[in-house]
Amino acid sequence: MRPVYMVSGGVSKFVKARPDATFQKMVKEAFDYAFHDIPKLKREMIDGSVASYFSDHFTRQLMAGIMAADYLGLCPKPNKRVEGGGATGGLSFQAGWEAVASGRMNCCVVFGFETMSRVQTWKGNEFIAHASDTNFDYPVGGFYSGYYAMMVNRHIHEFGTTVEQMAMVSVKNHMNACYNPYAQKRRKLTIEDVRNAEMVAYPLTLLDICVMSDGAAVCILADEDTAFRLTDKPVRISGVGTGTDFMRFADRPHGKVILAPGEKESDYRNLRYPGVHSFRAGRSAGLQAYRMAGIKDPIKELDFVELHDAYTSSEIQTYEDLALCKYGEGGKFVEEGHPFLPQIDYGLKLKKKGTIPVNPSGGLIACGHPVGATGLMQAVFAFWQIQRSIRKHFGSGELQLDKADRGLIHSHAGTGTYVTVSILERGW
Amino acid sequence: MAKKRSRATKTPVVDRNAKLEEVMTGTTAFNVPFPKDLSSLKEMSPLVIKHPYSIEYLHSYGQDSPFFAGLANKKLLGTRCGHCRYTYATPRLHCANCGKETDWVELPQEGRVHTFTTCYFGSEEFLKETPFHLILVEFDGADTLLLARLIGVSAPQDIRIGMKVKAKFRRNSQLKPTDVYFVPA
Repeated sequence: MRPVYMVSGGVSKFVKARPDATFQKMVKEAFDYAFHDIPKLKREMIDGSVASYFSDHFTRQLMAGIMAADYLGLCPKPNKRVEGGGATGGLSFQAGWEAVASGRMNCCVVFGFETMSRVQTWKGNEFIAHASDTNFDYPVGGFYSGYYAMMVNRHIHEFGTTVEQMAMVSVKNHMNACYNPYAQKRRKLTIEDVRNAEMVAYPLTLLDICVMSDGAAVCILADEDTAFRLTDKPVRISGVGTGTDFMRFADRPHGKVILAPGEKESDYRNLRYPGVHSFRAGRSAGLQAYRMAGIKDPIKELDFVELHDAYTSSEIQTYEDLALCKYGEGGKFVEEGHPFLPQIDYGLKLKKKGTIPVNPSGGLIACGHPVGATGLMQAVFAFWQIQRSIRKHFGSGELQLDKADRGLIHSHAGTGTYVTVSILERGW
Repeated sequence: MAKKRSRATKTPVVDRNAKLEEVMTGTTAFNVPFPKDLSSLKEMSPLVIKHPYSIEYLHSYGQDSPFFAGLANKKLLGTRCGHCRYTYATPRLHCANCGKETDWVELPQEGRVHTFTTCYFGSEEFLKETPFHLILVEFDGADTLLLARLIGVSAPQDIRIGMKVKAKFRRNSQLKPTDVYFVPA
């Protein structure tokens, strides 16, 4: 396998609705941004592309991937669509990595989009719920927020996690987004605001849950020679991991914890794992990526994380899966302030602020979640952090981390069915 | 209406004045403004039309069908692997641990709440049923859980993890997994 680098990225402004543009045009905006950011890139250097979008229901257009590829002028070069629910972006990013690592391509464009405004919110929820077993799950619950609410109620039962700790995730991510011009929801909130918002599925309120969006994102990946010809600041993809689990969360086993380096079986004597409180796919993706990148102590060896916070609860559950803390300590981890940015005032008292900033961009909760674009958006924001170019791309540098040499991106689908983890680091 | 022509007619007829009949069906706008100068077209607001889309699927439960036949007969069925003895409360005909075919078994009609929620919103199809309570049920002798609705409580505060619940069945089966539901035992 050859080393693979990310050389450029672009994101369309995420908004509730983009009636002014079809998906092709949104992808074109993100592509042009990425393309023009590295002037040495010529169209003939691009060997092919990967299309990332989740739902044929939302697009009401089959083979939308090739329509975006032809709009970009990338025919007759190779293209394929990759799909895996909420993790579609992360899976597509890794498909691009595979194309370059294998030597099939020297330069691969990964583009993603979703147009979720084409139906009303509750119909959109129905479309999304079809990503649950239509024999046994959809006809009973038919609502993803309900599934995640059940999962966090079990987390609360096992570990004593509190709704206030969950609300702190919402405060953090909405506040970070205030400095991210690409974000859909930029709001200064308090814990009370989150708890007093309308209840959607107990205990998740409207402000514990990400929103639907229209948007696109593009990542350009290249092999080492091409990367250093295109930019003096390429970012290396040093680890990739993908985990899976049963679609029906009722089917998940209740066995032993998959131990991360530094964890002991005795840490979890009475814990049945993963049950419905934890995401085994996330743990397994994380450990694969850590092994490949040579990471033994993630909290010390990573500078920041962009993770899939479709729900405040799943951000807390993911701290644990990624071994940023032990299982059961996720609530305390956010309460103590570890995942907050050191330089930003959140209006909260935080004892250990900024150990490892999580979702400095604002995450899905505040940036929005145009599914096929989401995992790529995380890659672009992580890429800019590592390049130290947040000020250039955001127009202000509040979110630029001092230490940003190595970051982790995490993409997650359907109650933890597909999870990808990729490690990005300074390549120059 | 086109004139009916006999097959015997040799010469093709071309009607240069052919014109579609004007109908009101599908007409949503009768006058769309348009600029004289084409360069201003890029300033135009997007046109958005309503596009209905409805489908009737023939949804087969396939190898899961006995579960639904069971519900119609007030029986709650799971499957058990004869090889590794693993019991699935949500049935699957093949064991995910060893790959062997499983056998249908009857589950107890009492269980415990493993976790729960109350949905105040939902997918469009279920919005009219909100608020509703969802539980995952654990059964003695089963290794996995079953997703179901809980009734007979009014708020999430009335539901506890570990609480005993018993199964009830719709008398008039709809052949849906909601043919079984649970109430506090």
